[in-house]
Amino acid sequence: MNRKVIEAGRDVLDLPSDALELKLGPSHPATHGTVRILLQLDGERIRKAEVEVGYLHRGFEKECESGQYYQVFPYTDRLNYVSPMINNVGYALACEKLFDLKTPERCQFLRVIASEASRIADHLTCLGACSLELGAFTAFLYAVEARESAWDILDAMCGARVTTNYVRIGGLSHDTDPSFPELARHKLADVARLQKDFEDLLLGNPIFRERMEGTGMLPAPELIALGVTGPVLRAAGVPYDLRRLAPYLVYDRLDFDVPVGGAGDNMDRFLVRTEEIRQSARMIEQCLARLPGGPVDIDDPLIRLPGKGKVFGRMEELIGQFKVVTEGPKPPPGEVYFAVEGGTGELGFYLVSDGTGKPVKCRARSPSFSNTQALSRMVEGSLLADVIPTFDMINMIGGECDR
Amino acid sequence: MVGESQTAGQGDEAAAQHPLLRALAGRFGARVLGTHAWRGDVSAVIEAGALLEVARFLRDGGEAGFDMLLDVTAVDYLGRAPRFEVVYHLVATTSGARIRLKVPLDGAEPALPSLVSVWPGANWLERETFDMYGIRFEAHPDLRRIYLYDEFEGHPLRKDYPKQKRQPLIGPGSRAESGSTR
Repeated sequence: MNRKVIEAGRDVLDLPSDALELKLGPSHPATHGTVRILLQLDGERIRKAEVEVGYLHRGFEKECESGQYYQVFPYTDRLNYVSPMINNVGYALACEKLFDLKTPERCQFLRVIASEASRIADHLTCLGACSLELGAFTAFLYAVEARESAWDILDAMCGARVTTNYVRIGGLSHDTDPSFPELARHKLADVARLQKDFEDLLLGNPIFRERMEGTGMLPAPELIALGVTGPVLRAAGVPYDLRRLAPYLVYDRLDFDVPVGGAGDNMDRFLVRTEEIRQSARMIEQCLARLPGGPVDIDDPLIRLPGKGKVFGRMEELIGQFKVVTEGPKPPPGEVYFAVEGGTGELGFYLVSDGTGKPVKCRARSPSFSNTQALSRMVEGSLLADVIPTFDMINMIGGECDR
Repeated sequence: MVGESQTAGQGDEAAAQHPLLRALAGRFGARVLGTHAWRGDVSAVIEAGALLEVARFLRDGGEAGFDMLLDVTAVDYLGRAPRFEVVYHLVATTSGARIRLKVPLDGAEPALPSLVSVWPGANWLERETFDMYGIRFEAHPDLRRIYLYDEFEGHPLRKDYPKQKRQPLIGPGSRAESGSTR
């Protein structure tokens, strides 16, 4: 029994009103990703939320600076590990900007297919995990099964589902099989069918809608000032999509829509992602229909490995392979920043070269980091239960956020 | 003047033609230490003292309206003076225009003004740069380490920080608490 209350006699209003401190995470059953949110609660209302990141920090930049340019690719897989292809492509494009290279058409189309299949997997992971954490376990299983189909497309391209390591400076690790387009179309049909079931299960559900609608909102100018990009920003009505605003690869030749929301609440973020999955599938279908023939690699033995068939029989290619492996390709001195539209927002790579085979600086501008920063502003003043859908819709990916 | 950067001299002519860089150089004069444009990227090297003014000008003045600060990081050019360069990447979300700002800093006690008052998103990015490089941001509301723990010794992205360096154990049973020399 509280002494203060007894002393105050009948004045029951004189209750202690200190904020309750609640530590959500770093490993909490209702969140995914390793992050700690320190909450100060007044009843169920959040007075202050402080987000602590860094549990997955692995020294990405330090590791990259001590290796050669091509050795960075496996590390980029592990930034956003639910859409690794987009990281591969983003880093390769940054390197190609630094080296001033242009890859063959077929390579560019295949990179778009890889990126968009990755985006489908990324969004399905986000949406599925969100439904799981709001109590809809069945819906989660549909999303994960659909994601498995998207991963099958990546599997057919590179032989791996998650740690792809597929893209190279000036090309791809290998070309696809002739049966690939048919398989990809088949898998996309699976994704579409499962996605419809998934949406039908959730979107009519009043519990789900009530937890998503009107929660986690922040006005667009504030999101911009905080550096938020990706589906979260687009849900607030800002059509900031690098595939449209600064097209790379062959995006300027594809027909697709950039879905935007209105209110910018969690429901809008959810719906923007479901629509982006459909748009990604549309892009992949266009790429499959127009996939040109020809090589996937540039023809420069000092940058891209010439292939064993040539190396075993010819001297120049053997020298080329030896130099690429031991010294690495050498870009001119300079610095570049190149950004692609990642699953969670603008994924940029900033490279500084001094003319040797190792980068002086290899920086990943990770969208999750900036987006997670906005979480405290989104939940302050709202209810404790709103943290879960808001955190889910920010889609913080630990590997990318903590690098 | 542009000797601050690795890219010095590569894109100076292109930079002289760029309207935004010309506007910056015209307005801030000698406080813009250099400009260059290379591979389609536009950069301006500016003095630490002019950073806040330049940032406000880029956000509010001019046509582009750089409303988003994408990234803050630093580069350690160990052995060169000035040793550090803090790098900012800005974008205008409506037009997609981009610019890179670079601020050279001496190695002894690197510090420069915080941009949190201009773009609140600078908060975590500056904390990260402080954590990794030990560069202080004056008037930052909450300058603490962000990825690493408070007891961490040194700043790992500095070039003189060895990659294999071990850190002392912290927490219960560690040397600090038990006094052992493990």
